[in-house]
Amino acid sequence: MKLNELMNELKWSNRTPDLNLEREVSGVYCGDLLSWVMGNGLPDQAWITVQGHMNIIAVAGLREFSCIIIAEDASIEEEVIQKAIEENIPIFESHLPVFETAKLLIEKGL
Amino acid sequence: MNSVIHEEYSVAQYDFANAGKASSSIKEHLKQLGVDPQVLRRIAVACYESEINLIIHAYGGDIILDVFDDGTIQLIFKDEGPGIEDIEKAMTPGFSTASEKARSMGFGAGMGLPNIKRVSDEFDIQSSSEGTTLTLRFKES
Repeated sequence: MKLNELMNELKWSNRTPDLNLEREVSGVYCGDLLSWVMGNGLPDQAWITVQGHMNIIAVAGLREFSCIIIAEDASIEEEVIQKAIEENIPIFESHLPVFETAKLLIEKGL
Repeated sequence: MNSVIHEEYSVAQYDFANAGKASSSIKEHLKQLGVDPQVLRRIAVACYESEINLIIHAYGGDIILDVFDDGTIQLIFKDEGPGIEDIEKAMTPGFSTASEKARSMGFGAGMGLPNIKRVSDEFDIQSSSEGTTLTLRFKES
């Protein structure tokens, strides 16, 4: 499933609207401990986290995640958004908690 | 073995804002050289974890990348202290001495060194109060 289809169906807010959302999503990874995410995430997964600081961009870039979904309205620093745009990593916001956000993605077949 | 590429990067202590920058540059460079994507991913994990260690545990340090003519990729992470008191403990999954600040940012899972060892083809760590040197090698096969 592509990012733009997921975004439209799941009513996420897109914090990086200028980025291309044609990328395929292969699965979902949930986690806030960066080493754990770094060690176990897989390329093209959508990463759900409540961490909103700069280091999520490096992790998502190096792990080649398809996007970052910030769950439960956790705050994101503005400079993180700028960096995400530079690195071409889409960031979405979900009002729902991590579990509920992941559940909706599972219902979409991920 | 001759080194065909040699690069050095400096990493500053507590520089969370730039954490991962050196690893991203190294990954990008190796990608351009045509390194196999699977190997590249292993290198990215090891490099990022080791870079973070320089930032949160050491007084900063250097990353030295060498690519040898037989295809071996070597990364050395070198710092000047304070050193790892008990390497065996530090290698135990879940054991961490990370500060509260580092933990609040999602570091300090105690998975850094175990992850690094798992993804590296060769792993050597030497530490004293004068500093730690971590040498990693990756082979394409």
